Amino acid sequence: MNKREKKSLLRNGALQSLIASLACIIIGLLIGYIALLLINPAGAGKAIVSILKNFMYYPTQVKALQYFGSTLVKTAPLLLCSLSVLFAYKVGLFNIGAAGQYVAGAGACLYCALAWKLPWYVCILAAVIVGAALAAISGVLKAYCNVNEVISCIMLNWIALYVVNMVLSTVKDPSSPYSIALSTGNPKAIIPSLGLSALFAKNKYVTIALPLAVLVAVLVWVVLEKTKLGYELKATGMNKQAAKYCGMREKYNIILTMTISGALAGMGAAFFYLTGVEQWAVTQTSVPGMGFNGIAAAFLGGLHPIGTVFSSYFIQHITSGGAYVDKSMYCAQISDLISALIIYLCGFVFFFKLWLNRLLDKRDEKRMMKEQKGGEA
Amino acid sequence: MLLLIQYTLIFASVLVLVALGGCFSEHSGVINIGLEGIMVMGALGGALILKFVPAGVPAIVMIVLVIAAAILVGMLYSLLLAVAAINFKADQTLVGTALNLLGTAAAVVIVRAINMAESKDNVSSTISYIESKKAFLVRIGGFEFNWFMLIAAIALVASYVVLYKTRFGLRLQACGEHPQAADSVGINVYKMRYAGVLISGMLGGLGGIVYITAGVSEWKFENGVAGFGFLALAVMIFGQWKPLNIGIAAVLFGLFRALSNVYTGFPALVALKLPSTLYNMLPYIISLIVLAFTSQKSRAPKAEGIPYDKGQR
Repeated sequence: MNKREKKSLLRNGALQSLIASLACIIIGLLIGYIALLLINPAGAGKAIVSILKNFMYYPTQVKALQYFGSTLVKTAPLLLCSLSVLFAYKVGLFNIGAAGQYVAGAGACLYCALAWKLPWYVCILAAVIVGAALAAISGVLKAYCNVNEVISCIMLNWIALYVVNMVLSTVKDPSSPYSIALSTGNPKAIIPSLGLSALFAKNKYVTIALPLAVLVAVLVWVVLEKTKLGYELKATGMNKQAAKYCGMREKYNIILTMTISGALAGMGAAFFYLTGVEQWAVTQTSVPGMGFNGIAAAFLGGLHPIGTVFSSYFIQHITSGGAYVDKSMYCAQISDLISALIIYLCGFVFFFKLWLNRLLDKRDEKRMMKEQKGGEA
Repeated sequence: MLLLIQYTLIFASVLVLVALGGCFSEHSGVINIGLEGIMVMGALGGALILKFVPAGVPAIVMIVLVIAAAILVGMLYSLLLAVAAINFKADQTLVGTALNLLGTAAAVVIVRAINMAESKDNVSSTISYIESKKAFLVRIGGFEFNWFMLIAAIALVASYVVLYKTRFGLRLQACGEHPQAADSVGINVYKMRYAGVLISGMLGGLGGIVYITAGVSEWKFENGVAGFGFLALAVMIFGQWKPLNIGIAAVLFGLFRALSNVYTGFPALVALKLPSTLYNMLPYIISLIVLAFTSQKSRAPKAEGIPYDKGQR
């Protein structure tokens, strides 16, 4: 009896996803470790430990708490980017443009904050709208012109980067390539902390963006799983023709999905840049990795909104941890390597589940045979 | 003007090579979004040869070595896609995206490790090859002929012949259109798809080294290849998956890309006083517009993106 319970547990989809994700992490870390060994065997063990330790690198609790806060600050935008990827993927669209929508959102919120001196909630709204608008272009192209959304998104990523660099040059700090710091340019645009920073040893960048991001994750889950809209969107993703046949507006649904997805990524940018933790470098020549890491987090989280909360934290944890590797031997990009590996490994999850289920089927079949034989005897 | 032609031809060469790579892969039924990453890895392989082989060797040896390295690394790297997409039926878009991210990250880690091993203070991700690059260039008057242009032209003709005039090419296409039918007449679909992906790795890797040696003498690997792999995919779609059309499309896109390098040489364009960023954006904007008009009646291979399952009917 006990055995049977165990079996039914293994058949549980959520548990399978969890096992698969953990396997991806472990294999990813292992390959990362091998890469470190190849570069310089002397410090490889220490380096992988410092990536995993991240803020625990600091001996004092106060410092550690403060840097834990910093990791969380960067988790909020990552979570929203991964929700953006997840939302589109549930509807059968691969929003690789989350990176570009994130860039557009960053440009919008910083420009509103610095050029027009608007308060933070208006800036967030601006980021959301611009991110959504950018994604809507891909949506329209997909729905009406049959343009592959991956390719149009990539083109828009680069266009967004160049435009934002151009726009933010107008609110640039004259002595550096960065946009003016919010604390001097417009303190009103900084998202309020409401006492949250006190929890993290006065890390002033910890703001209500964090709980808001988690709230959005829950909201995304509710929309996808519990509403008619979510049902319609998912149906469109599974089979466009069938959805149309059932009277759903499939073109409208595709555009709507991309718009919501872009809004999420844009909001992510606002949740990052409006904390004041970093400024935008107008000389940037590559699209920030936040949107791409979002893909890793979305798949690692088993494509479940609540799962992505944890996977986003993990991805950000090792990305931040990369900063602590011994710089005389390795570079911080080793974390990027590990998260890229994790995305790659996530491709095998489907096969892994298939294989696991087949294994379970076989075992069940054997047991049934045995039981039958026992009954006969 | 001559400079514009020169740059157009070299960028068109890159696009032709990479787009043909995508073409082979998609005709076999595998979508290769990972071309960008394959380009980076191929470029890395070639750049390392350029860096470590002494500049004194005869030009022909250098050319052969660099090309061989780029092709080899590109093919090895594309195996990652092949294994995941063909044997493990993974989501091809996901794996391709992973390859893109992995390519840039791995290249940065490798280049930095090499740079740091040479000197402790050098933490850049740049490889320079000013001297060794000259092996590829032949000056004809004011025009800098690059051997890669010839190679791209050969690849174009060869692709046409292989795809339409050989048994292998026709079988490859069958696997992308209707793998079950192909299988029923004894074609090994898995093998064919492996061949398609490996050819795309070969051409993609080659395109990568051409790209990073086009017009510059050093490359910062943190930038990857700036979306060129995706531009190549746009060229492929614009060319309707047909080699000769791809050739024409590549020249058109190459022209717009070249403009951003040399527009300062044209008084008429400078007089317009457009910001230089606009010229940088031009290839991407044009490709979006072109895609919007050509994708509707696209003739993509029917079975592309669908993992082949023998048991399915």
